[in-house]
Amino acid sequence: MLEGIMIGLGAAFSIQNLLMVIAGCLIGTFIGMLPGLGPMSIIAIMIPVAITLGDPAAALILLAGVYYGAIFGGSTSSILLNAPGVAGTVATSFDGYPMARKGQAGKALTIAAVASFAGGTIGAILLMIFAPALSSVALLFHSAEYFALMVVGLSAIAAFAGTGQVAKALMMTILGLILATVGEGALFSMPRFTMGLLDLQSGISFITLAMAMFALPEALFLVLNPMRGASGDGASNKITNLRFSREEGKSMIPVIGRQSVQGFFIGVLPGAGATIASFLGYAVERNIAKGEEQAEFGKGSVKGLAAPETANNAACTGSFVPLLTLGIPGSGTTAILLGALIALNVTPGPRLMVDTPEIFWAVIISMFIGNLVLLILNLPLIPYIAKILAIPRNYLIPFILFFTLMGAYIGQNNATELLMLVGLGIMATIFRFADYPLAPLLIGFILGTMLEDNFARSMQLYRGLDFIIERPMTLGLLVVALALVLLPSYRARRARKRAEGVADGD
Amino acid sequence: MALDRWIALIFVTFCCIYGYAAFFTMDQLLPPFMQRNPVWPSTFPKMLAVLAVVVGMIVLLGIEKGEDADAEPSATDINYRRLHEYKIVQALALLALMVAYALMLRPAGFLIATTVFLIGGSTILGERKFHIMIPVALLATGFVWYLVQEVLGIFLRPFPFFMGT
Repeated sequence: MLEGIMIGLGAAFSIQNLLMVIAGCLIGTFIGMLPGLGPMSIIAIMIPVAITLGDPAAALILLAGVYYGAIFGGSTSSILLNAPGVAGTVATSFDGYPMARKGQAGKALTIAAVASFAGGTIGAILLMIFAPALSSVALLFHSAEYFALMVVGLSAIAAFAGTGQVAKALMMTILGLILATVGEGALFSMPRFTMGLLDLQSGISFITLAMAMFALPEALFLVLNPMRGASGDGASNKITNLRFSREEGKSMIPVIGRQSVQGFFIGVLPGAGATIASFLGYAVERNIAKGEEQAEFGKGSVKGLAAPETANNAACTGSFVPLLTLGIPGSGTTAILLGALIALNVTPGPRLMVDTPEIFWAVIISMFIGNLVLLILNLPLIPYIAKILAIPRNYLIPFILFFTLMGAYIGQNNATELLMLVGLGIMATIFRFADYPLAPLLIGFILGTMLEDNFARSMQLYRGLDFIIERPMTLGLLVVALALVLLPSYRARRARKRAEGVADGD
Repeated sequence: MALDRWIALIFVTFCCIYGYAAFFTMDQLLPPFMQRNPVWPSTFPKMLAVLAVVVGMIVLLGIEKGEDADAEPSATDINYRRLHEYKIVQALALLALMVAYALMLRPAGFLIATTVFLIGGSTILGERKFHIMIPVALLATGFVWYLVQEVLGIFLRPFPFFMGT
């Protein structure tokens, strides 16, 4: 492991990769601050750039930097405008915005930055401990277990979609899997479902799909509803004093300690991620705070701001665990990262650490550097970067649309891809209107090929479906997957029954 | 019927067509040596089709109950019931502009197509300060072209087709 860390240090501290981290963090913060553009859209837009770099380590470092920057930028717009650009920073606005309204915007930003830094750094340390351990276990897995594990991952993502949403999320996952079967797969070398169209021969491009699912609907919603992402009254925009007091710092330490660990493990779970981690972190801290401190929550509490910020950054780091060790993304963002890696001919999974330790460790080391960059470079620059919030939307929106078009075009160099982007984008917008989650679709699409490959390999090895019975671990995992899908509706039914019982008693 | 169930209906129909293709048309093309394999190119799609119809029917019939489906959405949330309040004409015009850009990109060249797209986009959104907009669009187009062509090394034909490459 020590050897790996040394290799990683060497790779991460190369001039090119250092520049990548800095550039990624700055770009991420810059765009993440724009209300309405989440990290998924930003990473999707940045992928063509990352792929043209050619070096997988540099590409992943750049994208990870963008990811961190976007979360940090999202916190900034939450605090300054009460307009979170990212779902993961909604909880930040609960206490961050009231603090900014009191004229303490600078202090709020510093607390957010320090908490993010601590959460991200502690998360990265935990990642260094747990990823290699999980990798060595995962090396024992065969294709049958991989197939089952992916099914578990996909079911978990659906199960976390929320009450009344599980079937919809499953529907989106399956649609993603169906879209992945279009085109000529490596396994059978025969075109499937291309409807005779030459443009579909190589399948649907994942960059086009990612843009269409996230960036395009967000931009369209900004057009449709100008209220969305509207600026606040501007009173809180003045950023003056960036310092916080020693007492405030002391009160943050236990919060950071608890939330970085809790956030990390929530992030590791597929489908949970930064949003759940930040809300849960906020709720836990509010519940354990005493008397006066508890009353302060929601009115500009230091603890209430530090908790979600620590948790969401730790969760972002945690979400890299399944990606790097199993090659299974647990969130939309890591799914996009996985797609980028596959495009660069790198297959993440347990072999990643053995075969290309420089990529594995460089990414982890660059997380430390990224967090440091956010703290020392971005924080002093925030008052200037915040000026981007003043760009009129009449200019902003055409540019966002243009960048989504460019992203899809550069990836394939084909104008038909742009028409596909618009078509899929309209479909995604309608899905969003009907409250269908889109991340499962993309995750299903990206995992689709791998899922089918592993399934086919197991079928060939065991001459049929016997692998499910003959390998107890596969069977166990599939049972877990089924339980995950059924559990939310069972619990909802029980809760409803209980509620009805109470009503009868009245 | 609510929009989400209409979508489920379309989804189920789509999956029936997909399933039909998988069950009845794909296997005829299979070469004989592959037919002895336990897994065919159509195996996975067949499984997906069946699963998809089952899940689609669950949504369509509303078997899984949500919590507060009728709750009033907030002003910043996006909701199709408020569609009439939204600037739908602008959104459609922008989509049309994107399609026009896709069709124009090759024949008109990157520089013209992109400048027209950026100016058109701002105009649709109600911007009338052309003295700022046109220079901004020109500058941005030139900058992006330089970045993509020179820095990233991806070829983008800058000028219209009749002016050579």
